[in-house]
Amino acid sequence: MDHLITQPNFGRPGQTPLRAFTPGDDFYEMLIETHRGLGDDDSRLLNARLVLLLANHIGDLEVLREALRAARAGIGSPT
Amino acid sequence: MLSTYTYPKFAYRRPAELDRAGKGDRHPVVVVGAGPIGLAAAIDLAMQGQRVLLLDDDDTVSVGSRGLCYAKRALEILDRLGCGDAVVDKGVTWNVGRTFFGRDEVFRFNLQPEAEHHRPGMVNLQQYYLEEFLVRRAEQLPNLELRWKHKVTGVTPQGDGARLQVETADGTYALEADWLIVADGARSPIRRMLGLDIEGKVFQDRFLIADVVMKADFPAERWFWFDPPFHPGQSVLLHREADNVWRIDFQLGWDADPEEEKKPERVIPRIRAMLGPDREFDLEWVSVYTFQCRRMQRFRHGRVLFVGDAAHQVSPFGARGANSGIQDTDNLVWKLLLVMRGLAPEALLDSYSDERVAAADENLMNSTRSTDFITPKSQVSRDFRNAVLTLAREHGFARGLVNSGRLSVPSHLSESALNTPDGDVFAGTMAPGAPLADAPVRAEGNEGWLLQHTGDAFMLLLFAQKPADVDAAALAALRALADAPIPVQTKLVVREDAPAPAGCRVLIDTKGLAAERLDARPGTAYLLRPDQHVTARWRRLDVAAVRAAIARATCNA
Repeated sequence: MDHLITQPNFGRPGQTPLRAFTPGDDFYEMLIETHRGLGDDDSRLLNARLVLLLANHIGDLEVLREALRAARAGIGSPT
Repeated sequence: MLSTYTYPKFAYRRPAELDRAGKGDRHPVVVVGAGPIGLAAAIDLAMQGQRVLLLDDDDTVSVGSRGLCYAKRALEILDRLGCGDAVVDKGVTWNVGRTFFGRDEVFRFNLQPEAEHHRPGMVNLQQYYLEEFLVRRAEQLPNLELRWKHKVTGVTPQGDGARLQVETADGTYALEADWLIVADGARSPIRRMLGLDIEGKVFQDRFLIADVVMKADFPAERWFWFDPPFHPGQSVLLHREADNVWRIDFQLGWDADPEEEKKPERVIPRIRAMLGPDREFDLEWVSVYTFQCRRMQRFRHGRVLFVGDAAHQVSPFGARGANSGIQDTDNLVWKLLLVMRGLAPEALLDSYSDERVAAADENLMNSTRSTDFITPKSQVSRDFRNAVLTLAREHGFARGLVNSGRLSVPSHLSESALNTPDGDVFAGTMAPGAPLADAPVRAEGNEGWLLQHTGDAFMLLLFAQKPADVDAAALAALRALADAPIPVQTKLVVREDAPAPAGCRVLIDTKGLAAERLDARPGTAYLLRPDQHVTARWRRLDVAAVRAAIARATCNA
């Protein structure tokens, strides 16, 4: 069974970036750019849709369960 | 007046031009602006035997510490100019940066994970020291004339150069230049006089710099805080400088009043909150700044060449300002010399613009990304930033996304038209366009570094097990390369020490690291430009291919 990857994993298959930070920074910029011009409500909706799209792509319920746990850890009261 | 530094005052001299009639002297090359970049350009030209006039409207060095972090590549270029040791000896060497969120450390980087390089990842030194060292170096060069308190008030570009009006306390005079290098800083009066645009993004945020004198035993590291308890909601950066001076950089937000924030009664409580009530310190210098991320469309306008902040400006997060300016002149000077000596067409100077525009774009991209991460401009942006910071404590991928500044590294000019694309297979990062990696070598019995033995001319590094492996025919061909109009010096890089064949210099690759870092085997040849960038490489020496690569790298193809 696959596990949630929590080490750096951004990139393009078969390409080694000159600077290790570049692919992550590329993603982060795309992410923030996607929100450009949206109000807070629209941004929340976009984020929710994004979570659903990525979750479906991952598909594996055990991996998703790990991701949900990792995201929840340290927020609010313990579950 | 600073308590740790006395500003030198350089002598103004009445220009001889005022006492004679005529349209003014003609100079082969004039540099405007004696900041670090203009000084570097003028020193480089003069060291290569070119007479150069450097004009500056002031008579001292940078007021305030300003540019602080000098990266490995800038230090290597300063080595070539004869100032590297002075900067490293006076400055504070560091490699490690630590990033905190609230009270906790969330991320740490090391600029130099690999040993056996001459220069460290970064040296902190107040800009006034760097400028003073460069001025002292300039004063040693008979080809270099420095005129203080000579202010350029008019520029008229001409087909074969530019005509300048220069104002002094004693009156205004004219002079002509075949070539003009503009290094007059971010506000660039000359850029404005010529009506040239510089476009980009203004960031709506203000930052307070406080230089503080104190005795503290914090390690020489870069410390960056997101949302620290002593300055909630904003960021803070701490750097060590020379002379027990510490740079503290507080994000203030756009609504801060710059004049109010500079007052000691505002600044001192901020510092006390950070350092605790018992730490004794003195305020040395305070400044409130904003910044822009922008560049000119192109850096060459006929015979007028823009370098440094005059051509491009970045946010300070990443130390990509002065460091990229020094790389501009490193790129420009050898090209200008070839053009001035009739050995290359003027088109070679367009490659200066192309290569350094690409480098500027990389610097702008990285410094803009850092700024967007550090100072989020929307709620969702802040949410993601804080999500990254909270995940970073536990998860490696999130530590990689923490962006408190991606620090200056040299540009790999991989897309440059001057490069000869690889025909052979190589591993690693030293592809054409790359700045040569350093490695320990021994030459004529002296331990030194590869980068100390390259630069200032085209150079062929030819790898062999021992000098005798290079046969007589190859040696004759290498001698012909050395005697060409654009000479190519050859250095044999060998593992076994033995006397050098006539006409060749030998570098002993004592630890095998030169070969390892360049993925070189016996027979491998690397062609380097005068600025130490790789421009072509082969697994086997082919003199015709070397000639073709030189022609390509000088726009003579």
